[in-house]
Amino acid sequence: MMAKYTLPVGPQHPALKEPESFWFKVEGEVIVDVDIRLGYNHRGIEKACESRNYIQCLYLIERICGICSHSHTTAFAQCVEEIAGLEIPARAKYIRVIVGELERLHSHLLWLGVAGHEIGFDTLFMYSWRDREAVLDLLELITGNRVNYAINTIGGVRRDIDGPKREQILSQLDLLADRAKFYADLVTTDSTCLARLENVAKFSAEQARAFGTVGPTARASGIDLDVRRDDPYAAYGEMPFKVIISDRGDLLGRAIVRLEEIGESIKILKYALQNLPDGPLTVKAPRKVPAGEAVSRYEAPRGEDIHYVRADGSDHPERVKVRAPTMANIYAIGESMKGSYVADIPIIIASIDPCFSCTDRMIKIVRQESGEARTMTWEELRQYGIRWYQQ
Amino acid sequence: MSRIGKVIPELFKSLTSAPATVDFPKSAVPVPPDYRGKPVLIQEKCTGCGLCQRDCPAAAIEMVDVGAKRPKPAFDYGRCAFCAQCAESCRSDAIVITGEHHLAAFSREALRAAPRPEKKEEEPQEPAAEQE
Ligand code: SF4
Ligand code: SF4
Repeated sequence: MMAKYTLPVGPQHPALKEPESFWFKVEGEVIVDVDIRLGYNHRGIEKACESRNYIQCLYLIERICGICSHSHTTAFAQCVEEIAGLEIPARAKYIRVIVGELERLHSHLLWLGVAGHEIGFDTLFMYSWRDREAVLDLLELITGNRVNYAINTIGGVRRDIDGPKREQILSQLDLLADRAKFYADLVTTDSTCLARLENVAKFSAEQARAFGTVGPTARASGIDLDVRRDDPYAAYGEMPFKVIISDRGDLLGRAIVRLEEIGESIKILKYALQNLPDGPLTVKAPRKVPAGEAVSRYEAPRGEDIHYVRADGSDHPERVKVRAPTMANIYAIGESMKGSYVADIPIIIASIDPCFSCTDRMIKIVRQESGEARTMTWEELRQYGIRWYQQ
Repeated sequence: MSRIGKVIPELFKSLTSAPATVDFPKSAVPVPPDYRGKPVLIQEKCTGCGLCQRDCPAAAIEMVDVGAKRPKPAFDYGRCAFCAQCAESCRSDAIVITGEHHLAAFSREALRAAPRPEKKEEEPQEPAAEQE
């Protein structure tokens, strides 16, 4: 019988604001159990919000995640607007949708690159990140920055999309749609992708529901769930789009869902740009928000993002609570890993698209009986995974 | 079903296409006209109301004494998040956002911009907007 090992991954594993530590019990190459520990890199953003005014909070909230920054500010602004009883102008709603969908495009292309990198397909990583630049340039054009767009303000948006900008965005969308189609074909036919993604870390719909997964992770297991359609916010009620679902439940399913979502996002973008209503960008927001509380939901690229704000009548919130989508998905990856190989750890963790803002992670392999320890960096583990599959 | 075939034409296309990167610092990526770069104070317009400092999320603005009746903002670009909120909060349009973004410096001091000293008679025209 093979010796049992405990394989700690992390805790230097910052993903979103919930970096995690995984303790894998492995038998030979097979993972038999996973223990997930959260809370290593607590930044105290929620508490810090309590000592800032609502305007300052927006920028702090934006920095919860560099990739879904617009998701967080929109969810937060929606809470504050609800408490203050503000109805933002239609044009502002459309611009929020446009920036939100561009953010989804860049996030999914980024994910594709990260996934390609984790399975040793760096060509895919370079191509998809090159194409992602086009989206970032559009975001820079609209908002003035590549990341942390800061387009939202309480009561609307800060910048307009005028005629020339609109034309420029529309001219890029067809190209991006072609690329998304190309990647969807590539991922479903390429032998490297199929070998590493197909039937790995299967997660059934029952499991996905029991573990409360959200976003593409849930939709790849056949759960029909999308806040944009189920509880429309901003202008999503008017947007024509279809919720992409795959019942594969494996890593390939998660890739397909994300890549096809790019096509749907492009549809939304085209509609929103062509039907952009006229009107003002903001309504006047009070500096002091009346006492009250609100919850808002937002379909971030990674899944449902929930914000809660309680106001006490002053110019700063009394309490802010954020539930980022990775929090909902993280336990699912723990469960879906059981029965997979050590070599699959990087791609399975990457498959839920936790915000990979980190550089190197440490992995320590401890031999249970002898206490003998071996330390691997994330890069070594990635290389190990690639070599293991080449054998 | 193609196996590795899908990516091959793409590889050939890339062989002949121009590089996606630029040779920085010899050439730089252009930024759009309303890029959010370095915020700069136009001191003549500033009334010293302090609204910019109140809303700056990064505590990058400090109101310093310039010898006039009211203090004026000093920027610390080492802290600045380039969010442009100061320019939006200012009611006198005294802060402009420039496209300047090559801001690397050798010391933190070099990243600070203090307002120049003023004489006492330069009184602000507007009263301060404290709270609403
Ligand atoms: S741009 Fe933002 S961070 Fe920088 S000084 Fe202005 S308000 Fe502060
Ligand atoms: S908000 Fe404008 S006028 Fe007031 S202190 Fe700042 S720069 Fe001066």
